[in-house]
Amino acid sequence: GYLTDVSVSARPTADIISTVEFNHSGELLATGDKGGRVVIFQQETENKSQSQWRSEYNVYSTFQSHEPEFDYLKSLEIEEKINKIRWLPQKNAAQFLLSTNDKTIKLWKISERDKRPEGYNLKEEDGRYRDAATITTLRVPVFRPMDLMVEASPRRVFANAHTYHINSISVNSDNETYLSADDLRINLWHLEITDRSFNIVDIKPANMEELTEVITAAEFHPHQCNTFVYSSSKGTIRLCDMRASALCDKHSKLFEEPEDPSNRSFFSEIISSISDVKFSHNGRYMMTRDYLSVKIWDLNMENRPVETYQVHEYLRSKLCSLYENDCIFDKFECCWNGNDSVVMTGSYNNFFRMLDRSQRRDVTLEASRESCKPRQVLKPRRVCAGGKRKKDEISVDSLDFNKKILHTAWHPQENIIAVATTNNLYIFQEKVN
Amino acid sequence: MFSKGTKRKFSDGDEEISDESLVGARVASSYSLQRQSLLDMSLIKLQLCHMLVEPNLCRSVLIANTVRQIQEEMTHDGSWHMVTEAFCGPGQSPSERLVATEVLCRSREQDAEPKLFSVISYEGCREEEVVADETLCSVSVSDTVSNVCLAGRIGQCWEKSELSGVERDEEALEDSRLGSGEDEEIDTEDGASTESPKTTGQVFGTFEIKNSSPAPDSALEELFSDVDTSYYDLDTMLTGMQSAPKMGPYDILDSLAPSHSSPSIVSTPKCRSDLNELDHIMEIIVGS
Repeated sequence: GYLTDVSVSARPTADIISTVEFNHSGELLATGDKGGRVVIFQQETENKSQSQWRSEYNVYSTFQSHEPEFDYLKSLEIEEKINKIRWLPQKNAAQFLLSTNDKTIKLWKISERDKRPEGYNLKEEDGRYRDAATITTLRVPVFRPMDLMVEASPRRVFANAHTYHINSISVNSDNETYLSADDLRINLWHLEITDRSFNIVDIKPANMEELTEVITAAEFHPHQCNTFVYSSSKGTIRLCDMRASALCDKHSKLFEEPEDPSNRSFFSEIISSISDVKFSHNGRYMMTRDYLSVKIWDLNMENRPVETYQVHEYLRSKLCSLYENDCIFDKFECCWNGNDSVVMTGSYNNFFRMLDRSQRRDVTLEASRESCKPRQVLKPRRVCAGGKRKKDEISVDSLDFNKKILHTAWHPQENIIAVATTNNLYIFQEKVN
Repeated sequence: MFSKGTKRKFSDGDEEISDESLVGARVASSYSLQRQSLLDMSLIKLQLCHMLVEPNLCRSVLIANTVRQIQEEMTHDGSWHMVTEAFCGPGQSPSERLVATEVLCRSREQDAEPKLFSVISYEGCREEEVVADETLCSVSVSDTVSNVCLAGRIGQCWEKSELSGVERDEEALEDSRLGSGEDEEIDTEDGASTESPKTTGQVFGTFEIKNSSPAPDSALEELFSDVDTSYYDLDTMLTGMQSAPKMGPYDILDSLAPSHSSPSIVSTPKCRSDLNELDHIMEIIVGS
């Protein structure tokens, strides 16, 4: 399962995409953007019975999830940007997802309507009331087919539980609870209850001037409903067991790799800050993304990762410039493929990287209109760190740091990936010969 | 800034020294320059606000940690001493710098209340206000001093909501403490190497001030015109206790005390040395 050949579809987006997430079957792909909108795409497959099938993702539903708000107490705006979307496992005909901005989480129900009742006794078809005196017979209204309509309705609003900015939400495997994490706290919610949440992690110091570390990401274990992890800006991951105590300030496990003294610089801490943490589908590993690398951790080994992959090591000598232009604070996400054999993460210049764990291979691909023609195979890209630049290589100094791929997602079962650039959503599919 | 592609080695610049001591000195001073510019850049980053939206706490924490790291290293190798000299500027005595920052504080105070608050606390302030701030800085003080002012904002990054209003006298307090923290004595203190840098510690500590009452102009002027250096007993000010009968201005400063229960401010030895430095400055101001 190593994606070498791809076909592509790209669609321009109205606003900058801030999160991308497939649902559990992969049939639906949700994107959230800076304007607070959620756009859901649905997979439509042609020629599925044949060996050469193609999927297309077409717009299924669009709705405004969050609106900008103003915090009067602090005189600050609350951005409507969607930070994360997480799907609930499907229980009935409707789909449910959680979407969150900096402060408020919402549960949305997405349902289809393809029938409508017709033949009312008291109303005309257009809704006007009939004069009761003219009704001489009774009839039973019947459902008749109509054009498919997809409706999104907010079912729950989980508000006022976070002082700081929410960076993660994660649905528990029990399908009843979920966690939300901000810079300093993690709260546990029940999906049915909106007026109450339990605080399970609190790293806020009594004296804010002693603050040196924040929570950067959190996730529930895919199978163990009592286990979750959270990562920090100092490059540590803490695994917590909710059975141990109500407040999980004491971790069960602490994952941290000792620093390499030869690489030490003033930027060491910043680049060690973890921007994303994701459990593998099988629940035995977790992956972390820091500024320059992706690390795979075995949950049974805390002192170092089992695998480390360099995403763009050529940037190590550019850290000062990247600090100056703030790029060093970019939060790249990462994701696993369906069988945990390949991981993927984004980079600059619209590059993204696929790292094959089983075959020890990696490839850099580019998501751009120039390099992606529909049904054409993507060409691997190479960056020249220094010295003589070979043909087809791009030099580090030519990289466009405004074109960053922060959000990527992998279909849970098939080799279909979604890659979000600043202005476009690309969907790549492995070409099967 | 630096040209792209230049490989910067902050950590091992000194190891590249060749046999020639001249080259070594050049490399070392280049490292110092780079480190200083990194410090300046970091302080500016902490100061700049993004319109109305609350800034990213993670980013602020990382930058502040970087600043702390730099200051620690500079304290270790004694170059903090050179920085404080730079603050004075050619021909500019510490007293001028203090007065200049006091002017800075005073003119800011004349802004509308929300503006003042947002400029001080960095969160939620508008960029145009920050520009005005820098303009004021450049009018009365050198650039490096503006960095000193900016350093004063670090601790306030975390929680704007905890500050109900920052007043001029507090700024004067901060700046005078910053001034004391950067005096020559700092690099000779044994305690400094084992604790977080004095300046940053002072800075963070200062922003525990809450619910202070407004100070009239005259009180501030009295503050700087008093001869008796015992007024500047930092412990007294911070803990709200008066060891000896003091004049009026101290009542205002005393009101700042209740929040200063942080042991890092009151009980550490560095307060004593800061006190001496402040004495030193006040002597210069007063010309005694």
